[in-house]
This record gives sequence, structure tokens and C-alpha cells, in this order.
Amino acid sequence: MARKLLLEHINIPGINTLEVYRSKGGYDSMQKALKTLTPDEVVEEVKKSGLRGRGGAGFPTGMKWSFLAKPEGVPRYLVCNADESEPGTFKDRYLMTHIPHLLIEGMIIASYALGAKTSYIYVRGEMMPQIRILERAIAEARNAGLLGKDILGTGYDLELYVQPGGGAYICGEETALIESLEGKRGNPRIKPPFPAIAGLYGCPTVVNNVESIAATVPIIRDGGDEYAKIGIGRSTGTKLISAGGNLKKPGVYEIELGVPVEEFIYSDEYCGGIANGKRLKAVVAGGSSVPILPANLILKTAAGDARVMSYEGLSEGGFATGTMMGSGGFIAFDEDQCIVRNTWNFTRFYHHESCGQCSPCREGTGWMEKVLHRLEHGHGKLSDMDLLVDVSKKIEGNTICPLGDAAAWPVASAIRHFRDEFEWHVTNPSAAVAGNFGLAHYADPLVKVEA
Amino acid sequence: MLRVENVTHEPVEFSPALLAQFADFVSRYPEGKQKSALLPALHAVQAEFGWVSAPAMDKVAEYLKIEPIEVYEVATFYTMYFLKPQGKYMLEVCRTGPCCLVGAEKIMDHIEQKLGVKEGEVTADGMFSWRGVECLAACGFGPVLQIGPEYTFYENLTPESVDQLISDLKAKENN
Repeated sequence: MARKLLLEHINIPGINTLEVYRSKGGYDSMQKALKTLTPDEVVEEVKKSGLRGRGGAGFPTGMKWSFLAKPEGVPRYLVCNADESEPGTFKDRYLMTHIPHLLIEGMIIASYALGAKTSYIYVRGEMMPQIRILERAIAEARNAGLLGKDILGTGYDLELYVQPGGGAYICGEETALIESLEGKRGNPRIKPPFPAIAGLYGCPTVVNNVESIAATVPIIRDGGDEYAKIGIGRSTGTKLISAGGNLKKPGVYEIELGVPVEEFIYSDEYCGGIANGKRLKAVVAGGSSVPILPANLILKTAAGDARVMSYEGLSEGGFATGTMMGSGGFIAFDEDQCIVRNTWNFTRFYHHESCGQCSPCREGTGWMEKVLHRLEHGHGKLSDMDLLVDVSKKIEGNTICPLGDAAAWPVASAIRHFRDEFEWHVTNPSAAVAGNFGLAHYADPLVKVEA
Repeated sequence: MLRVENVTHEPVEFSPALLAQFADFVSRYPEGKQKSALLPALHAVQAEFGWVSAPAMDKVAEYLKIEPIEVYEVATFYTMYFLKPQGKYMLEVCRTGPCCLVGAEKIMDHIEQKLGVKEGEVTADGMFSWRGVECLAACGFGPVLQIGPEYTFYENLTPESVDQLISDLKAKENN
């Protein structure tokens, strides 16, 4: 049984309340931090833990904290990025719904470490139920003296607020999120300056994902060194994986980094295999923006080794034969699924969500969507695949923020690994329109077939 | 002038409760940074009126001491703000990849047939609208939909569960 640090108490009735959360040791880490550690010592523990940003970028959290500018007389801010909207990713929503105090405790610890007196949790607007849950939990914490002035007599003051977004995927990008929090359109800013120097209201700001902030609770409880013993290599600790698509048991799982992908998909402890007795065709391992891999390459590396769920393990082979951990949004495709249709769907998403600031993204995502639409609907040409690759290359790396890359990678990787399926749509247009893909051969014959 | 469909110039009055909400929002930010309250204020306006009209946006601008254009550019950027009246209940179905893998498109077709209106239209009785929206972050439990104005959430949808949902809302209205 895998060790659980974030979801250990998730199934305990009432764990969303302060009373039950405290009965399970909740807010002990916060007290330890505020009463026995200096802010710098908290940062040091997070550095020692090796925690990497759980929102997708994977940047070391402690290092990010240590970059924060600390000019005298200027406020500093911590902003939690709860704008979860990467297709395939639903771990933060799950965590906020079921154990909101874990996030609030993490916010207090992180705010203390950074010297923030006011912090915000920016939640995507569509998550109104989660916003209400968090506001209720914050009120509980405030009434118990865990927020506000002179927390537990330590002399530390902190106000914590929830900010709703307005419905825009781009606000998951940290500078767009800051713009939105300032009451503007979510247009990403050019970096530098980075938020650590000039973030919210031009002040030093750290933006961290929900899961990253929650992870500071067990790190402070057990110590950074203990946390670093979990996992594999530079992928330390545990990671929430949100598993969806054609799986027998989709859901949110906490894994110790380093679990083999095959075990994650097929063992009863996790996803239990592919639904309806089908075979696995492909996987998007880290949210829709990361490259898709066919079954054989997600289970084993190009060298034939078992691929493991870690930052390095999933990216083994680079983009030629590997992918990324990303946000941990794991989407499994069974043998009946159409890669062209899915690629069109994802591209429509990125076209819809492009903020429109950069021409390559604004125009390029629209062109890719049109070409993929005609391929999927039986009007494609054999030259379309080269055109798509060409457009994706012109978007990638040529935009202010990573949304351009996020739109380009799924298209480029789908054509890289499933080119003959795209060509089949051109040569069999009427069958493609009817949804008869006839391409079950993509499913790896070595993959177990459920009864 | 803001270009929106069905523009109304009917003046609006904000209730004391809505103004109290505005004051609470503004208190959350440093002095002089009240523009940060814009997104929550627009949500509150929509919750009260069902949509965000141009006169309402002008009044929000006046309250927050910002230019009306600053409100318009925000209201037109984010997808959650309705710039024309909608049905009392807006059914928003996730249409993104993972939900489509498990049948979201069939659910949207079913809703269209059941309500007898196309995406973005309002039923004759003014009760329902529906639309496909991008990822609702519940990909393991699809197909999913949420219903405004409360944004109640429903997972693992089937045509039958959608029928029940619509019947329940109609029954609630008739009682």
C-alpha cells in the first residue's frame, strides 16, 4: 500500500470541518512552523524536501521561494493557483472539496515563510461550490484564531481571501492569474520581471499550485529530509494523479513518485485496467498539453525499460519517445478511440482559450483547429499532416506564455506517433465520418486484456 | 458603446445586499486596489440579475471608481459572464476531451432534443438554456454538467439522469 501524505484522511467523515481535521493532527504543522521555526528555516525544509511545483512546471518550490525579493516596507504576497482547468486534471478540485483545511494550513505555513501578511487563493470561477467550501473553512479557521491578528500568540498576522476567476484557462499561467487578480483581462505578462520581483500590485509575489502548498504540511510535520526519502531521484515525495478516460477506476490517486506506469494502470490499488475489456491504445500522462504516447511507449521506454511515474521517468527519451509529468492529468484511451478526433477536440480547446495576445497562438490554434476539423470530418488532404506540423512548429516557443507550446505539443506528438491514423482519415473519409476507425492494431498486443 | 447582443439601456438599481457584497469585496485588497473586486462584483451582479447588462457594468465602474471600458473589457474576456439574458437555469456541459471519451457529445445532443432549443438559445418558458463549455475539472467522473446560478455539479451523466434533472428543476419551479 502506497504511503499517503495528502489523502491519508480523505475518507474520514467530517474531515472538511476544522474539528475533525484538528483531531487528525491538522494545524500541528502550522503551529510547529510558527512557534519553533524561523521563516528562513521553513524555506530550508522545503528546499531539503526536493518538492517540485505540482502545477505542471516542476520547478523546485523551495528555490522559487528563496528568489522572492524582500525590500523593506514593501508587502509580499502569496497567491495560490487554484485555477485548475487543464483537461485531464482534477486533483486540486478534489482536494479543495474534501479537505480544504489542508490547503489553508499550507497557505499559513507558506505565507509565514515568505513574510506575506495577505494571501489569496485564486479559484477558477466555475468552481463556485469549492469557493463556498473554502470560504466556510477560512471562517472556521479565523474564528479559531488560526488566521487574522497575532495567530496563536506568535505575533504573526495573516489575512486569507478567496478570489473567483471568470472562466479562462489562461489564468492558470501565473502572470495572467496576477493580472486577473488585479481585475483585468488575463493576458500573460512578459517575463522578466518575474513575479518574485514584481508580481501582484508590482510587489514581490509567489504563485504556487494547490498541491504544492498542501505538500508543505507533511514536509514541516516530518521534516524535509524525510520527505525527500520518498520517491525516486529528483522526483521526491508523493504526487496526486487524476486519472480519467477509459479506465475501470478513474479518480484521484496519491502515488509515491516512481511507481511503474503499468502498475498504475493495471493494478487494483490504482486504476484497475482499461474499462469494458478493451485494450490500451494511448495515454496523455500529464494533462492535455503534454505529448500523447502510444501504449507501447507509455509502458516502456524506447530502450525497453519499464517506464515509471516520475518527472524524469515520463520524460525519458525526450519528446521523440517520451512525454512529461505535467500536472498529473492522466488520460487513457482505449482501442476504439479516435486520435484525430481527440486532437481536434484538444486543439479546439486551446483555440478557444487563447488570450489572443500573441499572433502565433491566436491565429495558429485557429488554423490547426480548422485543418483537424476537416480531417476528422472527411475533407482532409494528405498534405494536411505536414501543414499541421509546420504550424505547430511556428507556434511553439514563439509566444509570451506556454499556452502556445501547450497547443502545439499535442498536435505534433499525435502526428508523430499516429500519422497513419491521420492518413487513414484522408483515404477513408466516409468511414472516418461514421466513426469507424478500424485501427485497433494500435493497441499494444503485449498489453494485458481484461476478461 | 459596448457591442453586445440585445443591448438594454434600462437603468438598474443595485440592492443594499449587493452593495454590501461589493463593500466586502473591496475590503479584501490594499487601499487604491479596489479594481481587484471587479471579477467578484460581476459574479454578484450576474447572480442577482441573471446576466450582466451594459447599464449594470456602468454602475459597477462607478462604484469601483474605474472607467466603464475597464469593466467591458473584462466582461467580454471571461466566459462566465452573460452579456444577454439566459434561461433561469443554464446547463453547462463539459465538451472537452476526457468527457467526450465517455459520452459528453451524446449528452449535449440529448439536452438539445429534450429542451428543444439549440446551444445558446432560451426555452419558450424562459427556464432553460444550455451550452458546451471547456474543461470543468472533473475528468474522471464524466460526462459532467453544472447548473447556474448556483453552479451545482452533476457527474457520470446518462440521458436518463439528465431527464430526471430537468424534471426536478421543472417541479421545483411549479411548487
